Parts: sequence; C-alpha cells; structure tokens
Amino acid sequence: MGLLIAIVVWAITLAMSIPFVTQTWWMPESITALGDEIDQAFNWTLIGTGVIFVLAQAALGYAVWQFSRPTDKPASDSHGNNKLEILWTTAAAVIFVGLTFFSYSVWAETRFIEQKSMEPSADRLVVEVTGQQFVWNMRYAGEDNQFGPTDIALIDDAAGNPVGLDRSAPGGADDIMVPEMQVPVNKEIEVVLKSKDVLHNFFVPELRIKLDTVPGLVGKLRFTATKEGKYEIVCSELCGLGHYKMRSFLHVVSEEEYDAWIAEQASYLF
Amino acid sequence: MTEVQLSKEVAEYTEVHRHPEPKSFIWKYIFSVDHKVIGIQYLLLAVVAVFVGMALSLLVRLRLVCPECSYPLLGQFFPVGAPEGVMTPEFYLAMLTMHGTVMVFMVLTTAPQGGFGNYFLPIQIGAADMAFPRLNMLSFWTTFVSFLLLMAAFVVEGGAPMSGWTGYPPLSAVPEATLPGIGQDLWLASIAVFCIASLLGALNFIVTTLDLRAKGLTMMRMPLTCWTWFVTAILGLLAFGVLLAAGVLLLMDRNVGTSFFVPAGLVVSDKVIDHSGGSPILWQHLFWFFGHPEVYIAILPGMGVTSHVLSTFARKTVFGYRAMVYAIAAIGGLGFVVWGHHMFVSGMSPYSAFVFSVLTMCIGVPSAIKTFNWIGTMWGGKIRFTSPMLYSIGFVSLFVSGGLSGIFLGQPTVDLYFHDTYFVVAHFHLIMGVAAIFGMFAGLTFWFPKMFGKMMNEPLSKIHFWITFVGVYAIFGPMHYLGMLPHPRRYAEITSVDYLGTGGAAELHMFITVAAVLTVLAQFIFLYNFVKSIFSGKECREENPWEATTLEWTIPSPPPHDNFAGKVPHVYRGAYDFALKGAKRDFAMQCNDDKAVYGEPAPQASGD
Repeated sequence: MGLLIAIVVWAITLAMSIPFVTQTWWMPESITALGDEIDQAFNWTLIGTGVIFVLAQAALGYAVWQFSRPTDKPASDSHGNNKLEILWTTAAAVIFVGLTFFSYSVWAETRFIEQKSMEPSADRLVVEVTGQQFVWNMRYAGEDNQFGPTDIALIDDAAGNPVGLDRSAPGGADDIMVPEMQVPVNKEIEVVLKSKDVLHNFFVPELRIKLDTVPGLVGKLRFTATKEGKYEIVCSELCGLGHYKMRSFLHVVSEEEYDAWIAEQASYLF
Repeated sequence: MTEVQLSKEVAEYTEVHRHPEPKSFIWKYIFSVDHKVIGIQYLLLAVVAVFVGMALSLLVRLRLVCPECSYPLLGQFFPVGAPEGVMTPEFYLAMLTMHGTVMVFMVLTTAPQGGFGNYFLPIQIGAADMAFPRLNMLSFWTTFVSFLLLMAAFVVEGGAPMSGWTGYPPLSAVPEATLPGIGQDLWLASIAVFCIASLLGALNFIVTTLDLRAKGLTMMRMPLTCWTWFVTAILGLLAFGVLLAAGVLLLMDRNVGTSFFVPAGLVVSDKVIDHSGGSPILWQHLFWFFGHPEVYIAILPGMGVTSHVLSTFARKTVFGYRAMVYAIAAIGGLGFVVWGHHMFVSGMSPYSAFVFSVLTMCIGVPSAIKTFNWIGTMWGGKIRFTSPMLYSIGFVSLFVSGGLSGIFLGQPTVDLYFHDTYFVVAHFHLIMGVAAIFGMFAGLTFWFPKMFGKMMNEPLSKIHFWITFVGVYAIFGPMHYLGMLPHPRRYAEITSVDYLGTGGAAELHMFITVAAVLTVLAQFIFLYNFVKSIFSGKECREENPWEATTLEWTIPSPPPHDNFAGKVPHVYRGAYDFALKGAKRDFAMQCNDDKAVYGEPAPQASGD
C-alpha cells in the first residue's frame, strides 16, 4: 500500500508538471517589454515553486513508502528538530518573500501612473475605454487632442452615443467613437478605463495586463506594443449574462496605417 | 439515566454535577442542547448541502462542454432557466453562484467547525458539553434557517442570483443589470443570518476552549484539532461581523434606496439608475476582509485533523508540536492582513499592492512549516494504512499542490495575467475545496466508530479514497492549463473568444467534465458507506479501536449524554505520546499518569 501511494503521488506530480515543461497550453507571446518582464517573474516563480512542488511530493511519497514497510524497529521518539525547522523555514521565507521584491519594479512601471491628467501629448496616445453590458466603447480625442465633456443625460446607444458625448461642447466635435481599438506600434498608449454600469475588466493577454473598469472611478494602464497584429480584448470580471461574449480587438499597426485609419474615421464625422 | 462505565484508562477524576438526559424525542434529537447531537445535525446539513453543491457543479460542467445540449428533466424543474432543457447563460451563472455559496458557507464552514468541532472539542478537553449549550442549539437552527433561505432562492421568480459567490456590486445591487426578482435578496438574507449563527458559534467555541479544559490540560497539551477549532473560532468572531454588516448594507442598497456600494451616474440600457455616491470597491474590501479569513476557517480544522490522524497512524508524536501551534496562530493572524491580494486589479490604490503581497507571501512560511512537520511526523514512524490515514496523506498532497499556485497569484505582476482566470479556480478548489474536504473525510472515517459505535466499511472507504484522490487532480490539475491560455472565469461558453476556440480549451473542458462526472459518482460510494454503516455497520463498542491517545477514546462509543458521567478526567501529558521509551505500550493516553504508562516502579532491591 505504501509503495502504491508513493507511485500514484509521484505519477500525479509528473503528470501535473509535464505540460508546464513542454508548454503545451501556454500564454500567447508577449508584445511589450513590460510583458517580457512579467514573463520573467512568472518563469522564476514557476522554477521556484516547481522545485518545491516536486521535492515536497517526492518526500511525501517516499516517507509513506519507507515508513510503512514492516520492521522490528520501534517508531522513532523524535519530537522534532529545531535546526532543520529553522533552516527550512528560512529557505521558504527567502524564496517566497524574495519573489515579491523581484517583481515589484514591474508593478510600479505598469500601475504607478499619476491620476490627475488625461492630457494627450505628442509622444503618448490616450484612448478612453468605457465598458458597458456587453460591449467596449473606445474613444479617441481627435484632431484637437482633447476629449469633449460627457453627460449621462445624452447617453443614447441607438443613436450611436454610448458615452453621452456632448458634440456641441468645445473639444467634443471631433472625438472619435469606435468599437475596436487601433494603436500605432512602438508608441506609448495610455488606456483610460471607465464603466457605465457594472464592473468589467479590460484584459489583453498579449499585453499581460488587466484592470477592472469601475463605475465612478477612472483607471489607467500604460503599454507600448512592439509587435503589429490583431489581439483580443476580453472581459475578465463577471458583468452579467453576456459576460462570456463581451470582447473586442486591439489592432497594433504601423504609424502610417494608424494615421490613415484615424483620418478615415474623422472623415465620417462631418 | 443510564449508568455509564467509567474508563479504567483514566487515572483520576474530579466530581462535578450531572445534567439529566432529556426524555422526549424533540428535546433529545431536534432541539437538543447536547453538543454531540448538534454536531451530527451540522454534519447532516453539510452532507445534504454538499450533494446540492455537487449537483450544481455538474450542471456547470455539463453546460461548459455542450451549451446547446438539452436535458429534458432539467427543463421540467426550471422551465425559465432551462427552456426545453437547454441551460441559458444566466442559468449557468445562477448555478455557478449557488454552487460557490452552498459549498463555502453550508459545507466548508459548517462541517469542519460546527460538525466535528462541536462534537469533539468538548470531549477532547474533558468537558461535559459546550460552555453555552442553548446558544449552541440556537447556532445550529439559525444556520438551518439560513440554508432554507438560500434554497428558497431557487424557486422564486427570477431564480437564484447570478452575481457570483462574491456578489460584487453594482451587478448584485442593481436589479436592472441582472434579472428582476428577489433571488439576490434571499441570498443576502441567507448570508446575513449565517453570519449571526457563526458569530454565536464562535463565541461558544472560544469560551469552551478557555474555560472548560480538564485539570492538567494546559493549552500546550491540547490536541492540535482543538487548537485549530479555537483559532478558527477567533477568525469567525472577527470576520463574520464584517460580512454581516456588508450584507445588511447591500440589502439596503437594493431595497431602501441607500447608496453604500453604488455610485452615481450608472446607466443600464440607456436608463439612468437613481443612486448616488457609493463605492463598489468598498464592498470588495468588506467582503474580502471576511473572505480571506474564511479560507482558513475552512482549511484550519482540516489541518488539525490531518496532524492528529498522521500522528496516530504513524504511531509517532507530532513533529514540532510547538511549531505547529505557532504556525496555526500565524496563519490565522496573517489571514486578516492579506485581503487586498484579491483586489490587485480591482482599481484599488496600486500603492497598497506591495504590502498585501509581502504579507501574503509570509503565509507561505507557516504553511511550509506545517507541510514539513507532517512529513516529519511520518518520518521514522510505523505507518498503519487505515482509511483516515489515506485521506490525511491525500490532504497533505493537495495542500502542497493548491498552496504553491498561490505563490503565483500573490504577486501583483503575475496576478495581472492570472487574475480571474481558471488558474485561480484551480488554486482555490485544490486548497480550500478538496483539501478541506479530504480533512473532513479523514475526520469522519476516524471518528465514525466513536460517534456511532460502528465501523465504516474500510475497503469501501479505500476505494472511495483512490477514485476521489485521482479524480480531483484530474479535475483541477488541467484547470491550471486553462488558466495559462488564459481562460477567464465565469464564462458560460467559450464560443465567443477566438483564442479559446483554437487553444485547446474545448478538449480540456471535456476532460475535466468526464473526470468530474466520475468523481461525483464515486461520492455515492461514500454516501452509501456512511448511511449503511450508521444502520448496519460492524459493531465497535471498544473505547479505543485506533489505539489513539486523546480523551474521546476513554469514553464509551457512542458517548453517553454527558460524556464523562458527571466527572472530569485528569490529564497528565501532551496529546501525542507515542513510542515512549520504556513504556508498556506504544502509546500513552493523555489521562494516563506515569504509573499507568511505565508500570510499577521496579521494586527496590532490599537488603533484608
């Protein structure tokens, strides 16, 4: 029985670990430098926990097997071993707590964004993303680089004004509303996250970042995509019965393509 | 009053007074104040609830592999949620919500503490009952009311709520955002009532542990099970009050027009919702201030049982008893300062993430101590493979597997990717779901002969162990891979996201569902074994069939009404004295004095 338990525990350990080594089901390729750093943090964590996982399960199986074999020796009367205990505890503390410090700078770069301004600048494109059941609304500031004011009284989904944009107010006339996000490659993008109704979550797996959109609050994320392509934006916070189909796309394109696209969008306005 | 044979194992008793045994059926078995009857009531409630929860999880699994499949029987019971037997996405979410709620509150919180704790804490510390028997009865019946309220949510118009077991507003607060109906209100009422019940129970456990210990039973001689019940009760006392407050506030937001959790300016389907100035994130703070300690409320008693059972069947004292006690206290204490790790991507201030992250990682340290000491307890022992021992070994393995994925999720950067994916689902099911349930299996098979005076069928228990142990790994192991894709949680279908369609999610879901169906079927083996053994199990009138050391094994099986026949046993030693050098047997019970353990001192060689 002891050997059987050991073999099953070891087999399960192996079966659980193999797909992590062969990367059978894996993250899509990261498209930002920060994403690469997050992958690094993930990889170190995987190695650290992987080693502990295999050692702990192996030791469990071994102990069960070895100390169930018939023997004339009496059971040990050991009450513990303080030296070993302290050694093991310190090792665990160093590994676990160390991992946190390791990845902290990445967190700071991703999330420590000054909250006061959403002013677009020459080297940063700001896109406002507003979640609602069960679609994403993207807003660009347009030619004047200024977002127009919004008013909930003006909200009218059917008329194509899901965020209540006041077209007559200064800065509002040239704002562009689209259902999918288009950004130029290698440019810093600031995503301003809002919600009209319930919680949603803006998640692009290739960017490795996600953040809830919270009604009443403004959330911010920054990223610089370095690889062109079409990526899915999925909702990662339960938002109601259509949660599973709330998605959109992030198109990362060349500077020229982006300019042409935004000009085309602007031409529909007037 | 039945005459009770006092155990010869106990070296000395102190006389106290006896309570008369109630005569009528109602006072004896329904509104009983006897902690043993109440413990069994809690256990039976948990058994009913666990099968309800499992059925719900099966529906969830079935819809995930085949959204358009029709189950005519289901259509008969739920004509709205499953028209012509086809489950709607909102029905899926409702089943998901109720599965989580039933399992967390009605199973994981009731059985380990209210069930086993109620039954065995007083006996293990040598008391006749809990400190407040009537309060104890009230706790159970309040819990029962809470269960009925929760079940009522299934049958009201609009059906069960669909905002998840975490009930995040505004989804849970604004009826316009989901389906109209009082399902969510019943859910909130049920949670609030449950909190009251748990608060009463927690008080009782704390006072009982502090005040009613037998003579000689210092805190550091208590069985580790008692330590875990004690610390769990402290967690409950501090955590449930917060959830109670949050639940009441959310009920008010829904029904009397307050705005604690709902901000101004919500617009649902072009309609402006009349609320002002609340914060959805406030709910998350309150909920997780309860929710994280709740994880330990579920798992700590399982840790206690595992330590207890491993020591008993390895015939060896617990490795590092003191370290185990400190680890239990550390896990409990740290549990209150890590709630923010559930909220890294919630929009909470990003500056707080580091504090929550470091503190979260610190929990890895006492957890590592426990794992090390469990293996250390078996090391050098003489293991006996009884079924409780198998479940406890399974517990250790599951605890390691489920705990280590927490190291990923506790780092805010890595959590950016994994938050709200199946990786999280895998993590918490392994650790607070099945590990805790393996603790209960261990407890039930271990104490069954004491509770019912009969043995459970060992071969059946062992078959159940093997299928369940492999089965839960087959269910929750692959969920990590779904999380890698990354598959977001709470998706009724995978059809609308391209990378899920092509990434192998469908195959993984199918594998998981097949494993889940088989594992659920295996639970009927356990149910059959449990019920059959109660009525016609092999008689076991022995006081101490497992050759264990603690006080419950000194009284008859099943124990009489007031446990020790109006007396209090004396305790002379720690809870896990196995393999003592020079002792007559390989174990010494807590009530044995040295004379009983080592025999008469060798006669003095006399000169005359």
